[in-house]
Amino acid sequence: MDKEIYKKPLFLTNPVTVLVLGICSSLAVTVQMKGACIMGLSVMIVTGFSSLFASLLRNGIPNRIRIIVQLVIVALFVILIDQFLKAYMYDLSKSLSVYVGLIITNCIIMGRIEAFALGNKPWPSFVDGIANGFGYAMILIVLSFFRELLGSGTIFSIKVIPQSWYDAGYMNNGLMILPPMALILIGVIVWIQRSIQKDLQEK
Amino acid sequence: MEYLNLFVKSVFIDNMIFAYFLGMCSFLAVSKNVKTATGLGIAVTFVILITLPVNYLLDKYVLSAGALSWIGPDFAGIDLSFLSFIIFIAVIAAITQIVEMVVEKFSPSLYSSLGIFLPLIAVNCAVMGASLFMQERAYASVGEATVYALGSGLGWFLAIVAMAAIREKLAYSNVPKPLKGLGITFIMTGLMGMAFMAFMGIQL
Repeated sequence: MDKEIYKKPLFLTNPVTVLVLGICSSLAVTVQMKGACIMGLSVMIVTGFSSLFASLLRNGIPNRIRIIVQLVIVALFVILIDQFLKAYMYDLSKSLSVYVGLIITNCIIMGRIEAFALGNKPWPSFVDGIANGFGYAMILIVLSFFRELLGSGTIFSIKVIPQSWYDAGYMNNGLMILPPMALILIGVIVWIQRSIQKDLQEK
Repeated sequence: MEYLNLFVKSVFIDNMIFAYFLGMCSFLAVSKNVKTATGLGIAVTFVILITLPVNYLLDKYVLSAGALSWIGPDFAGIDLSFLSFIIFIAVIAAITQIVEMVVEKFSPSLYSSLGIFLPLIAVNCAVMGASLFMQERAYASVGEATVYALGSGLGWFLAIVAMAAIREKLAYSNVPKPLKGLGITFIMTGLMGMAFMAFMGIQL
């Protein structure tokens, strides 16, 4: 199998910063690292398995109604994840609120099914789905690391900034917890990536 | 008065884009000129305005715990809420299809300029998000749900048109090369979000 399938989505064609997919549902979950990790993992599972099943069924799906069929496949896995989170991690599923359900409309999943799974064998499609989900999770984790560290001085809810700093006058940056900062941070990530990869720059 | 309060709150304070990041994909891709942005904004507002009351009624009379009791006492114990994702998305997909056909018939120029983004309203997070927020917040009546739908749709419309206007002007300014296009759009959305935070706490 081509190594490019799982190498590319991590950096070169990262779904969030290069293809601009799936920003919708999930910038709001990057306030805490824990939520971001669970969200990233859920998206990885859903992307992987829906790509796998869409690819298995690709010769049987009539072209005209394929969007509906894909939505049903994706919705099935999202319902499984949602029920699992509600059963075993109730508090977390409350704090993720509607964003678990919004995985259905996450453009990465539909995008990968349309662009890759419908034209490839099941196993490469599965790997492609997982890799794209991972590229997405990676961005979430980087964002949430900075937002939680600078915004509340913790990582995974463990205090990392020593009390002596606070005594000396250090303060948490409250702006980091608010929504606008997620957008500005992702703008900065795009900026850094495009400074390194000059061919991505827009004319 | 309550309706007005809810309306203002859903347009400015709980703005779909600036407070919840919903519908970002098409927001970023279609906000390059004001005319197309206006067209898409109206289409999204329209789809939210129709789907949300329909989903509200489905949620109240079919899906939530004990909702089927109007059929008979035997059905009172049934809880179908785990099906809500799939039902909501099916309703949204069907209504989007109808809107697409109507736009194609009555305004072919708008149809061609919106292109792929018209069918993609079905997977626009703002539409699905509005339905899920409606379910989570448990609005008291179908009237409240409709007002919320109108407000959040108009909020999205306002955001995309404002962004398109800024981006049209931005074409003449000298942005650092790696930041051009996507990067600066993110940062501008963030700054506009900060401006919208000024509305926080408004009560009518």
